[in-house]
Amino acid sequence: MSPRAPDVGNLSDTRARDNRMRDAARRTLMFVAALALAAAAWEIYKTVGPDNGGDLLGMHVLPKAENRAMPHIWEMLSRFRHAEVRGSHRTIFDSVASGAWYSFRIALAGLALGTAIGFGLAVFMARFRIVERGLLPWLVVSQTVPLIALAPLVESWGGRLRIGAFTWQPWMSAAIIAAFLAFFPMAVGALRGLSSPPAASVELMASYAAPWRSSLWKLRIPAAVPFLLPAFRLAANAAVVGTVVAEISTGLRGGIGRLVLEYMREATGDPAKVYTAVLGASVMGLAMAALVASTEKLVMRNRRAGAVA
Amino acid sequence: MSTANDSPAVEVLGAAMTFNRGRANEVVALDPIELTVNAGELVALIGPSGCGKSTLLRLIANLIEPTAGNVRVNGKPASQARLDGDYGMAFQQAGLFEWRTVSRNIELPLELKGWDRTRRRERAREMLDLVQLAEFADHRPWELSGGMQQRVAIARALSFAPKLLLMDEPFGALDEMTREHMQGELGQIRAKTASSIVFVTHSIPEAVFLANRVVVMSARPGRIAAIIDITLGERDELTREDPKFFTHVTQVREALRGLPASHGAGVDDR
Repeated sequence: MSPRAPDVGNLSDTRARDNRMRDAARRTLMFVAALALAAAAWEIYKTVGPDNGGDLLGMHVLPKAENRAMPHIWEMLSRFRHAEVRGSHRTIFDSVASGAWYSFRIALAGLALGTAIGFGLAVFMARFRIVERGLLPWLVVSQTVPLIALAPLVESWGGRLRIGAFTWQPWMSAAIIAAFLAFFPMAVGALRGLSSPPAASVELMASYAAPWRSSLWKLRIPAAVPFLLPAFRLAANAAVVGTVVAEISTGLRGGIGRLVLEYMREATGDPAKVYTAVLGASVMGLAMAALVASTEKLVMRNRRAGAVA
Repeated sequence: MSTANDSPAVEVLGAAMTFNRGRANEVVALDPIELTVNAGELVALIGPSGCGKSTLLRLIANLIEPTAGNVRVNGKPASQARLDGDYGMAFQQAGLFEWRTVSRNIELPLELKGWDRTRRRERAREMLDLVQLAEFADHRPWELSGGMQQRVAIARALSFAPKLLLMDEPFGALDEMTREHMQGELGQIRAKTASSIVFVTHSIPEAVFLANRVVVMSARPGRIAAIIDITLGERDELTREDPKFFTHVTQVREALRGLPASHGAGVDDR
């Protein structure tokens, strides 16, 4: 009566790790290749495209290829070394980097708040079916509210808020707006995850007379993890977009969104400058994606490969 | 009133179950049932799909409340028995938590009952020895074969030494070879733990091989059609070739056939 060998457990583990590393290397390569391809496409269009734009099938759709409309890639990159204002020691790189960092932290705060609220709502909905039926449609409706309309509302409401020594900081409005976008995917994903355990597992917990709190911690939350991760990814994207939009619509200074706006105003004089801020915003988004991906790896390290829903 | 020690493991006293009562889709799952499972006895519930055998098991487990009558486990109301952890349960799907190691799966009920870590570890090791999976303690469930997973699930059900084990087709998803092997193991585990068992199955040979008594049920509404005493004594692999074994298999089959023809569907002769 010898126990049978497990289905080649360890062997497939090593192989899976090798595969994962090869996948990571391939993805990095693809990313670099995609960047190079985009840069090449930009430059090729500049050489062959019409300087004053062009018509396609009778519509004026082809963009202008002249330097003012489409600066060379190297022009944009070289801008990073220039002083932001003539005669100042502060380079554009300094401004873009500090702006991106500032916005990144706001997005992170918004993501944290949105995740907490979204998860809390999901737990509440999973606990009480009636709440789910009453609340879920309103959550969906909440996402149709235009952010531009929401921004001044949050601003004026926050501005009047005084709790003891606490006073409202302008960046908090941006974080709230980011959270407003981020909580939704989290709430929906977490609700799905918390209701994912099979009936047999729920009955098992009931057979132990486990209180709801225990079945939440020991069954529902762990079972929800593969659903939480994609939700978290969506929430992170939403937080970044929300932050940039909020900065622009509330006029918050110091972030990358505001920088895009300011540099755009100088576009007639220095068309390459605005692209530095755009690049800064992309790098910020990528940093957020990297953060989410590493969280994912950390949480899923003991799970079956490919278990993410 | 008898003490908990000499009271029967299970007493089903006119318990009945109707789902969606008073609504258009009302279903009578169980007519009033009378059944006693004595301490140390293994009773198999067999019958076609929809005969309410799983429903009966869930009534005993107090996962659902009967719409009439009542159920007592170890001499107390089923609800109290559930709160006291008087029974362990195993399902057709092993239902191990994939985020826990094999050992920590077995510790789950012990955690819920507030055992400290050292005691939990120790008990999990004992249970893994019992089901002969000691070297897999730190493996993840998905690294184990179906039969091994089911043994872990049984170890989990037995970890807090309940007097009663409720099993809902625990070997139903296993292949024939593994299944017979597991039946043999269950017999040995039972000899070591002296627990009473209520065992739901689709398989006539399985019911005869394992049980002291086989309860044959019929469907729509679910009720007990016959109770057959199995007099095979100590079981081992030779039991399967014992002429008496075949006599009992025939007995159970005829009891099932005694039901109207359509009711025979869903029971196999494995």
